[in-house]
Amino acid sequence: MTMQDETIVSAVISILVENESGVLARVIGLFAGRGYNIESLTVAPVEQSRHQSRINIVTSGTPQVIEQIKAQVGRLVPVYRVADLTQVGPHVAREMALVKVVSSGEPRTEALRIAEAFRARAVDTTATSFVFELTGATEKLDSFIDLMRPLGLAEVSRTGVAAIIRGPRTI
Amino acid sequence: MNATPNLNDLKPNTHAHGADVVLSGAEVLLRVLVDQGVDVIFGYPGGAVLPIYDALFRQNAVRHILVRHEQAAVHAAEAYARSTGKVGVVLVTSGPGATNAVTGLVDALMDSIPVVCFTGQVGVPLIGTDAFQEADTTGITRQATKHNYLVKNPADLARVAHEAFHIARSGRPGPVVVDLPKNISVGPAPYAPASRAPHPSYRPQSEPEREAVVRAVAAMKRARRPLFYTGGGVINAGPQASEALGRLVRRTGFPCTSTLMGLGCYPTTDRQFLGMLGMHGTYEANLATHGCDVLVALGARFDDRVTGRLDAFSPGSFKIHADIEPSQINKIVQVDVPIVGDAGRVIEMMLEEWDRQDGASDPAALAQWWQQIEAWRGIRSLHFDQDMTPSAIIRPQHAVRRLYELAMETGRDTFVSTEVGQHQMWAAQHFQFDRPNRWLTSGGLGTMGYGLPAAVGAQIAHPDALVIDIAGEASTLMNIQELGTIAQYRLPVKIFILNNQYMGMVRQWQELLHGSRYSESYSAALPDFIRLAESFHAKGMRATCVGELDDVIRAMLAEPGAVVADICVAQDENCYPMIPSGAAHNQMLLGPEQEGEVKVSAEGRMLV
Ligand SMILES: Cc1ncc(C[n+]2csc(CCOP(=O)(O)OP(=O)(O)O)c2C)c(N)n1
Ligand SMILES: [Mg+2]
Repeated sequence: MTMQDETIVSAVISILVENESGVLARVIGLFAGRGYNIESLTVAPVEQSRHQSRINIVTSGTPQVIEQIKAQVGRLVPVYRVADLTQVGPHVAREMALVKVVSSGEPRTEALRIAEAFRARAVDTTATSFVFELTGATEKLDSFIDLMRPLGLAEVSRTGVAAIIRGPRTI
Repeated sequence: MNATPNLNDLKPNTHAHGADVVLSGAEVLLRVLVDQGVDVIFGYPGGAVLPIYDALFRQNAVRHILVRHEQAAVHAAEAYARSTGKVGVVLVTSGPGATNAVTGLVDALMDSIPVVCFTGQVGVPLIGTDAFQEADTTGITRQATKHNYLVKNPADLARVAHEAFHIARSGRPGPVVVDLPKNISVGPAPYAPASRAPHPSYRPQSEPEREAVVRAVAAMKRARRPLFYTGGGVINAGPQASEALGRLVRRTGFPCTSTLMGLGCYPTTDRQFLGMLGMHGTYEANLATHGCDVLVALGARFDDRVTGRLDAFSPGSFKIHADIEPSQINKIVQVDVPIVGDAGRVIEMMLEEWDRQDGASDPAALAQWWQQIEAWRGIRSLHFDQDMTPSAIIRPQHAVRRLYELAMETGRDTFVSTEVGQHQMWAAQHFQFDRPNRWLTSGGLGTMGYGLPAAVGAQIAHPDALVIDIAGEASTLMNIQELGTIAQYRLPVKIFILNNQYMGMVRQWQELLHGSRYSESYSAALPDFIRLAESFHAKGMRATCVGELDDVIRAMLAEPGAVVADICVAQDENCYPMIPSGAAHNQMLLGPEQEGEVKVSAEGRMLV
């Protein structure tokens, strides 16, 4: 008999769906109804000509739960393909954040200095505020935001993860 | 002359009298039903579906059965589907019509029953305005169906309606809702036949991978204590799958058990059948499940009523699991050989491989296994003592036994539906089914009120058959209005009520877990079932003691019309054997004597 593995792992699930109304609700409703986590979610049309959208969901659970997530999502009628990129192999996962920092004097200069170190771009600047745009792995965004906290962090808007397999393979 | 042509004369998209015939959406819908081989639908009218009802009125290819509540329409369609292998079809109005249907849809979803439910909707321009009888039907039924559609464009209507049937019946079957705004059914719409092109994204796998079956059969050949664990998936795979299962079980000489939903896929009167497994399964079925070394699950899904305490479920067995739905495999129990495919195809392939692969399971070991099983069987876990003094109280098990024996004497093809509760379990234990599709019960959802409308659906599908609803007095009141449907269509349905004046199953659990505090489980203020029957133009009968039972059953079976038989049974009878929740298969209670001995664990209480 196979033993169950209880360790919690993180997974990036990419789902190619028919771009029709209600399809996102189906996927999210499935996660909510079966008690699966959603840590982040992105969705956008990717193949206009074929009416296809791609949903990327960062989730976590035991390996058995991740397998169930794939199988349950795969059951949905408008789903073409579903893949766990963390399992498929090396992949790139990126998200973008817009970070508003309101401060002046020393904290303001410090914020700008850190932004440069992170290669964040100031996309809006006033005498008392910055809006930084930063793209990267989730952890990088997390630490940037942490560093901005004492420097007048006012508001954050994040996209969630978009992910893709490295190399010539596709999902 | 009619402005709209008679549907019976219509050849769509042909030139009638030299002009293109333009069909309304409602007429297109009816053409699709005819294309799909639908001859009967169950429904209830209302504002949003009036155009469809008007189109129904002007044709006679599709028969409409008027139920008395939309929930009943779905249950009737489920039973129609389960007893014929065809798709059950429902038509209801928007808003309350659709919301009333939801319980039936979830019931069909849980038990994998192919149903297509057409719901009316307010016109597209009114959607989202809180219009009269508007409900977000696709939103409400998204998790209640296998799939659902809102038709916003007349050009999609025919394709969507055909597709709904394809999705309902293929892969793991289930309910599909098609929400039809009123302007779509009123306005013109193009007709199209069913497409032969494969669906772009939905591709269920029914052909199993040979390699997996080869590994499964190799394990079966090595088995010393094998067991087949069969479920509703075998029934869904069609009668030929049940027939193939019979050959496989006989060829291998292995014992076979079944879930509640699978009853009838293997003849329950056969020696190789161990009875149902699970919470109220037989001693031999559960101990064999616990003690087997190779477990072959076919079209079953390791439901919690079957497995009991998970970490003690069939410990140490090599597990083979065949299911058409990949998500069912490794969902509850980790298996060693997963096989995705149609149960019938898997069984056929297992038969081929069994003959192809050398060797056979060790006959001595198998004989020893059977000896062990016979010893368990010797416990006679379903045994009960009926006092045969004519004035003695009827035990419910005895009532079901006699019903079975006397029904068999009629030699008629017999269909049994049930409500939910103790009576359902006694029916499963004591009625026998030697053929598939004859047993109609609500397994996954456990819906009280299923049996009466299910009997309607089965009788509509099989007008000459004997159809019996084995009912509880509480459950049957949940859809009792269907006596009206039964009267209208003169359906000779027999409603056999095991009246214990309690929600017996609730009472049983209250005894087990809540110090016999019978909170709200007494069936107070019951109607007089005889007069109730009579007011609906049916025959009412009653048996109050053993001496009356056979006569009442015989009279009921001989009656050409509908009967409500009020069988007054022992009020304190409990359903055994029983695995209390949270317990393992080898910790069964065989009877009330043992009840004091159980300590249901804290987790067990949570699992109830
Ligand atoms: C719609 C619905 N509500 C509540 C329940 C919970 N429940 C399960 S069995 C039962 C009692 C059924 O009583 P009865 O029909 O008299 O059957 P008995 O157990 O007495 O044979 C109840 C309330 C249910 N299964 N379905
Ligand atoms: Mg009762």
